[in-house]
Amino acid sequence: MPHRTFWLFIAPSGIAMLLFIALPIVSVIVQSLHIENEKVLIVSESCGPFGCKETTRVDEEASAALNAERPLGRFNGIGTYTNRNHLAFEEVSAAWSGRSSFADFVDGVMNLPFYKALVFTLTYTFVSTPFVLALGFTLALAVNSLHRWLKGVVIFATLLPFIITPLIGSLVLFWMIDADGIIGKTLQFIFDNPELSLKASPALTWITIITYGIWHSTPFAFIVFYAGLQTVPGETLESAMIDGASRWERTRYVVIPYLAPLVVFVCLIHLMDAFRVFEPIVGFNASANATSLSWIIYNDLSQEVQLFGSAGATSVLTIIGVMILLAPVVWLTWRDYRSA
Amino acid sequence: MKFNQTLVASAIALSAGGAFALASSNAIADCAISVDTAEISVLGNEFPAIQAIVGAAEGCSTDGVTFASNLTKEHREIQVAALTADPSEYTVAVVANSTLVTLMNDGLVRPLNALIDEHAPDLPDNLKITVGDDVMAIAFMANAQHLMYRQDILEQAGVEVPTSYEEVLAAAAAIKEAGLIEYPLTGTYKSGWNLAEEFVNMLMGFGGDMFMDGSAEPNLDSDEAKAALAMMKSLTEFMNPDFLTFDSTIAAAEFEQGKAAMMNMWGSRAGSVLDDEGAAEGVVENIGFASAPTVGGGDVPASTLWWDGFTIATNTSDENAVASFQAMVSSVSDEVANANADAAVWLMAGYEPTQAAEGVLATASAGAQPYPMLPYIGLMHTALGNELVEFLQGSESAEQALADTEAAYRAAAEEAGFL
Repeated sequence: MPHRTFWLFIAPSGIAMLLFIALPIVSVIVQSLHIENEKVLIVSESCGPFGCKETTRVDEEASAALNAERPLGRFNGIGTYTNRNHLAFEEVSAAWSGRSSFADFVDGVMNLPFYKALVFTLTYTFVSTPFVLALGFTLALAVNSLHRWLKGVVIFATLLPFIITPLIGSLVLFWMIDADGIIGKTLQFIFDNPELSLKASPALTWITIITYGIWHSTPFAFIVFYAGLQTVPGETLESAMIDGASRWERTRYVVIPYLAPLVVFVCLIHLMDAFRVFEPIVGFNASANATSLSWIIYNDLSQEVQLFGSAGATSVLTIIGVMILLAPVVWLTWRDYRSA
Repeated sequence: MKFNQTLVASAIALSAGGAFALASSNAIADCAISVDTAEISVLGNEFPAIQAIVGAAEGCSTDGVTFASNLTKEHREIQVAALTADPSEYTVAVVANSTLVTLMNDGLVRPLNALIDEHAPDLPDNLKITVGDDVMAIAFMANAQHLMYRQDILEQAGVEVPTSYEEVLAAAAAIKEAGLIEYPLTGTYKSGWNLAEEFVNMLMGFGGDMFMDGSAEPNLDSDEAKAALAMMKSLTEFMNPDFLTFDSTIAAAEFEQGKAAMMNMWGSRAGSVLDDEGAAEGVVENIGFASAPTVGGGDVPASTLWWDGFTIATNTSDENAVASFQAMVSSVSDEVANANADAAVWLMAGYEPTQAAEGVLATASAGAQPYPMLPYIGLMHTALGNELVEFLQGSESAEQALADTEAAYRAAAEEAGFL
């Protein structure tokens, strides 16, 4: 394809990406480097149905004048990134120098909101990824060996968790695992413990959310692998059979190598998705036991006083996290591409 | 915290069975909009009282005056952005103590003095929310968390209706001991906003303060704050272990299904608790309402008083503002209040309180304090809602939880320009 044609071809999507992805990210970075202008506070009497009282309030005019002068607010450099609600350099080094043991240091760090969220986010990501890959692959193999009349129905049923809106899916599960819900009651019966509650302890909440995540994402892996299976060359499989390869050997030495690029693809997409885990935390009312980076951003923006700088900083840190997470996979792909 | 005598005076009138008292007449202008063309659009919270007010205001629309409303639980999240736009997305924002300050911080709502002088000169003073010399909002209802209890269960356990949290604990222990209910208490302890509100209630009961006098400096390293946390912890020991996921909807459902005997619940829920929807047999007729309990030997109920009212956006045309004001103020009437008597504790002079209003009125007349209208309170509320969780889960000391809250608040307040 001549260069000119190529550029004309990608220009529309290139411009759209610049406008709707690149520019907003630049704006987020700029905002994360600023904090709001200092508020001018005055005290005046305010009255209402319950009487009058001296209260502090913002001097609107003086503050508006400051905002007109510096519309972006005060430049704060990476101050927001390093403050207590984000990377918390000071608090982490204080926890290190004041530690009585390594466990004590970990406790100190885990008490900081950003690290607490990061640990859950990473746990969710790394625990769910292998399950999603393995289950998706197993399901694809199983469905592929079904009679063709059954396939359509089974594929549709398998895709359901992926089709359901994440928030609805997690709400449905939330009610089912309630102490009075069908799953909650069954678990109490099985473990013979009427006090058992999946929502009360952090460990059980984590397990619940991760299980939900696997349930929700496996269909994606399944459908990609299933599509891939349709392209595995029949001749190779047949010759393997003639050579006396068992079903397991055919899967291990023919199918898996053939689908390897798809594994990388599914892995990439799921890592990215999982690192931005958010809906189940809201759906399960789980913020007491589990928070994620995306949840912190939501929390900064869903309050009466919105903290754009803070949300911006967490967003940038999330983007950096995704890049670090994907780097090994991308590097591997690039190496294979070079050697090929 | 000094209040003038109005509160006391109105409180006495309340406890005498009257309405939130104000001598002035209730002759508020009929629904007559004086401009020919205008757009009215309302943003507000979603519960029956606000639906009633906005529904009544909608009746004022004419051929030239259009009316639209967006009543949603997520109103707080969109109101700043929606009113910052010029022209603003909404001409009216229905607000409460806490949300009004957020809008005022950015000058997003206009003073109503001129509109009142011209279009509603008879508006009683107790409905006006004034800040300095400006009337910033018109209040129409009061709200507070107060005690809801099951008379039959208390009788079976042989205890009186508790008036203090110490008595609540004793009553809960008696109920549990008698094997009547496994988790006698429930409440709005969901991590986040609800949990923080319970702490503010309790701190008020102990007479504590969240801030240093007249500044945005946090002041949580106090005996009152620790005592408030300790009391919350003791209460949660009588609650379903899932309490950190309980908001007012879930807590009210537990109570209606007979799974709890006492809760500190919003007055605005009283109507729906008393109706016969969703309740187990034998619950509704045994429900009683009382003032929020006191705590630690204090004489002020551990609760905060709230009002809901409407404001008019700054960034809208004067025609829209006039039409919006006239439509909304016409719905702040005795007729609307009495037609929806169970929906809220209305502030209108001619409102006749029903059983559903007893708890809020008792709490107000016992001298509960209003939720502080401070520009930085939202940041403190958020920090409390996130950082107190670990203490209630038992993985952190009260001192640590309060220190964490201060640190989280400080970082946020520095970013927002308050410190």
